[in-house]
Amino acid sequence: MGEPTDPDVDLHVPVRRPGSGRTQIPVAAVVALGGAIGASARYGASLLWPTAAGGLPWTTLGVNAVGCAVIGVFMVVISEVWVAHRLVRPFFGTGVLGGFTTFSTYAVDIQQLVDGGRARTGLAYLGLTLLLALVAVWSAAWATRRIVTWRQA
Amino acid sequence: MVIIGAVVGAPTRYLTDMAVQKRHDTVFPWGTFAVNVAGCLILGVLTGAVSEEAASDSVRLLIGTGFCGTLTTYSTFSYETMRLAEAAARFFAAANVIASVGAGLGAAFAGVALAEAAWA
Repeated sequence: MGEPTDPDVDLHVPVRRPGSGRTQIPVAAVVALGGAIGASARYGASLLWPTAAGGLPWTTLGVNAVGCAVIGVFMVVISEVWVAHRLVRPFFGTGVLGGFTTFSTYAVDIQQLVDGGRARTGLAYLGLTLLLALVAVWSAAWATRRIVTWRQA
Repeated sequence: MVIIGAVVGAPTRYLTDMAVQKRHDTVFPWGTFAVNVAGCLILGVLTGAVSEEAASDSVRLLIGTGFCGTLTTYSTFSYETMRLAEAAARFFAAANVIASVGAGLGAAFAGVALAEAAWA
């Protein structure tokens, strides 16, 4: 299994070990570009499906679950199958998916629900996001590995 | 506004993760933990400021949706948790979930309280 723990920065792989200074500029640039795309998609989703005041933030929940499923597929493919250009992983994994999903809105939305006297909705949202995110990343990675093994057999 | 915030937030996450990993080369993903908690604190302060009408809607989009949204990540957090669990580092996987959610929530509550104290 060649997949790393941290999909963004893996200092244990010499090729991935970031050099200093100038070599980091193209990586930071594609991360920024990917982040802009991911954040725009997340903002677009929040405009398309606005969350009712005091309600469970389904849109953020969906965005985070989808982002976790996609990173599960992406990391298996890029680690086991596809020898991609060195900027593909920073662009898509770190930039697009990192920008699409969000932890800060998740935490502050829980705070707002609890503060507004909706502690039960806040707790349900807390647990449901965690559960769906972990199930999404795990099942997506598992299914992708199965397909990869089956195709290589 | 969202795009300007995102263009700054995403590389800040990448560079912070790298800087933290260089200093703390451990099994525990401190880099992602650090950006997530920091983002929760900043968004908490901003949300408190918005509710006290001390911050405008465009500032909310710039710093909240754009910067904090891209500075923090759920996809990397869940992927790292899965990899820790698979690497038989179950303790670290559970610790990552509990510490990230606990510290993130703590930072969000502290941020809102700070802002309300400052602008009330």
